Amino acid sequence: MGEAAITTAIATDPAVELTGITKRFPGVIANRDVRLSVAKGHIHAIVGENGAGKSTLMKILYGMQRPDEGEIRINGSAVSFHTPGDAIGAGIGMVHQHFMLADNLTVLENVILGSEPRKGGLAIDFGAARKKIRELSDAYGLGVEPDALVEELGVGDRQRVEILKVLYRGARILILDEPTAVLVPHEVDELFDNLRVLVREGLTILFISHKLDEVLKVADAITVIRRGTTVASVEPSGVTARKLAELMVGSELPSPETRESTVTDVVTLEVSGLTMVAPGHGPVPKGTSAEQLKADGVRLLLEDISFTIHKGEVLGIAGVEGNGQAELVEAIMGMRSITAGTISLGGADITAWSTLKRREGGIGFIPEDRHRHGLLLEAPLWENRILGHQTREPNVKGVWIDRAGARKDTQRIVDEYDVRTPGIDVDAAALSGGNQQKLIVGREMSGEPVLLIASHPTRGVDVGAQAAIWDHLRNARAAGLAVLLISADLDELIGLSDSLKVILRGRIVADVDPGAVTPEQLGSAMTGAGEDT
Amino acid sequence: MSAFMERLTGRVKLDGVFAIVAPVLAVVFAGLVTSVVLLIAGNSPADAFTTLLDQGSTPRIIVLILNTSAAYYLSAVAVAIGFRMNLFNIGVDGQYRLAALLAAAVGGAGLLPGVLNSLLVVLVAVLVGALWASIAGLLKVTRGVSEVISTIMLNAIATGLTGWLLTADRLGVLSGNAIGTTPIPEDAHAPGWALIPGTPMQVNSFLIVAIIVGVGYAVLLNRTRFGFNLRATGRSEPAAVASGVDVKRMVISAMVISGAVAGLVGMPELLGGSFQYSLNFPAGLGFTGIAIALLGRNNAVGMAVGALLWAFLDSSSNALQILDISKELVDIMKGVIVLSVIIAYELVHRYRTVAAQRRVSRELAAPAEVEGAAV
Repeated sequence: MGEAAITTAIATDPAVELTGITKRFPGVIANRDVRLSVAKGHIHAIVGENGAGKSTLMKILYGMQRPDEGEIRINGSAVSFHTPGDAIGAGIGMVHQHFMLADNLTVLENVILGSEPRKGGLAIDFGAARKKIRELSDAYGLGVEPDALVEELGVGDRQRVEILKVLYRGARILILDEPTAVLVPHEVDELFDNLRVLVREGLTILFISHKLDEVLKVADAITVIRRGTTVASVEPSGVTARKLAELMVGSELPSPETRESTVTDVVTLEVSGLTMVAPGHGPVPKGTSAEQLKADGVRLLLEDISFTIHKGEVLGIAGVEGNGQAELVEAIMGMRSITAGTISLGGADITAWSTLKRREGGIGFIPEDRHRHGLLLEAPLWENRILGHQTREPNVKGVWIDRAGARKDTQRIVDEYDVRTPGIDVDAAALSGGNQQKLIVGREMSGEPVLLIASHPTRGVDVGAQAAIWDHLRNARAAGLAVLLISADLDELIGLSDSLKVILRGRIVADVDPGAVTPEQLGSAMTGAGEDT
Repeated sequence: MSAFMERLTGRVKLDGVFAIVAPVLAVVFAGLVTSVVLLIAGNSPADAFTTLLDQGSTPRIIVLILNTSAAYYLSAVAVAIGFRMNLFNIGVDGQYRLAALLAAAVGGAGLLPGVLNSLLVVLVAVLVGALWASIAGLLKVTRGVSEVISTIMLNAIATGLTGWLLTADRLGVLSGNAIGTTPIPEDAHAPGWALIPGTPMQVNSFLIVAIIVGVGYAVLLNRTRFGFNLRATGRSEPAAVASGVDVKRMVISAMVISGAVAGLVGMPELLGGSFQYSLNFPAGLGFTGIAIALLGRNNAVGMAVGALLWAFLDSSSNALQILDISKELVDIMKGVIVLSVIIAYELVHRYRTVAAQRRVSRELAAPAEVEGAAV
């Protein structure tokens, strides 16, 4: 960290200066002695892994959390925020990752919501608001139309509305939390153009991200957070993406690479012609072909998807999030009904099977959102061991729960998968994300599955757990497991997969050879920019 | 809010000493509030509580408490089955009243001799309760109607329906000014035993039925696959769906079982007390059950304590009138108990969560785990 640490010495007071910020939650230290100095008129990026403490830090700066120790200075004067209202008063605005807009209201109504200008006591002064929004939009080149209905806007426009909303409230310091997570590449470029205009006009931007390429492209200064504390401040010109990544994880990057191929010619999963219509189209006759549906103007979430996974093969699905990956997984798990197509597992047609029967048939499932779909947070670990396996040994005997069997097997998982826990009677909620995930992986590998659906298996887990999970996936593959891997981590996808498919707007648009593709090429294929593989 | 409701309805467990401490604190607190009310009204709290306890320890009242608590307990179990999977069966009240009326009519007809007739009565009650409750379940899974709304409305419909059925040309029989179903023949009455020395009053056999139902409830929920699925659905529906639980079927099953138990609620009174369904048949037991299920956190033993406490307050409240205190004082006390128990559970839960997280991080003795997203 030493050589990379550069103190940004600026003549004027920094816009934001944090010193010695520490925040403890019961059992964890979210932030420890954080130091941060953000110069006025800079785009300052905060990078760090999921769980490194970025969000907590920003919540502190935005008044949603109070630090246990440390000092916050805004434009040179010490402040103490009790609520986001205080932060807004001090000129800080936050654009959340997930938009907080009312779809059925206009841009104007959304922007003034909560700080409506008054006219004659009661009436809302729409005229003044509209004028102010136009002025702001023109001054910063946002191109926002006040009377447009939000539900008719695209993602990029919505984000600009969010930015306008905080500008409207007088913000001079903007916090953008993972603003590019929901954007496609050209929208990212537009956003960056907007940001450059904003800083030219004298605003200061804190940009939180873990996408290093983007950070290097847009930031004037970068601060790296690891394990809750700031470990380095660097300038983008003096650092590479790889160097940044190593600063983030604090060591040489673990590699997800698999060694030799274990693919056999035995087909485990075969999906053909899988089609799913978006909700809200009314009933559509089952089995209607994708072409017919498209001709009728029906929006499709999944369109004519076909692929096979063999025994011992990892098939990776690459794609920008929200292009049908979640729907595909839920269709294969039997959690959502499909409009057309067939799914077969080991030669048996499972299209009409229930989720339970599919699980009994040997499908393991590592869900994307472990808190929602993977765990009963407020149940002990051994009860979580039963979840999804409530009809199988060693958890049950007939209609009875076999407590002893389930507990014993939970202990086995805890030992084999290195789940750090004081015991199997603690609630799942008490474990860290990585340990929760290891428990899920261990559970889903139990009962000799033939197919594993792994949706973002290492999202939000620490580097150690990530390496362990990769090892487990590799070993299982060597033992003949077929794996459907969905991930946003391109290195993980390329490293683990035997074959790769790219999904875009619900369609498989490209087959990629993971041995020959670079993350950059894969990234551009994901956006439909071109099939250069 | 939903997490709060989960704690409230016991889907989040409180273990060890807390399970006892929280309700005891709540009852003590309710005693204090009631004392203040008594002082304001110019009565002596000490006298009032002594009178309640004295009255509650007379043999006759003890029997009364035991018999009343059987019905209260059955009602609480019926409510708790729904609560454990996030279903709010507010309709136990209508379910047991309709079930009792139809069962009384069948029993009064004397189709079978002796004990077979009492079994038939119970069977009819269970079936009617289950069917009536299943309407709400079906509406929920097919049409997405909230079971809270539908069961409340079904209560109103049950009131209308029983009123309509209990007329002279239908199931009712006029005797003087009173109207009721044909009394059930004596050989079909539920047996009872004079267990408590000092009174000839009998402890009704439905106390045993209530105990069996309580044990069955605990076993079903904690030891069976069905119970696991039910609790999993209550804790997290998305996780249950992903694990292969057919949530729609669970909704129907839970409502049917809840309704079946609800059907039993009127039986202690019907087969052990009044032997006919008349206008005097006790109403509102379904709502008592909701309060007791909350108080006992859906725990089989906790609800038993709650049912006994409620029965004690109700049965001995008449004695307060000797002191010129309105017997409705116990209603104040019951209300305060429910409110303070909710607060006590919430406080204990918060304490326990923090304590558990501390314990885990201490026992792991690793360098403090960093979790930025932890809120």
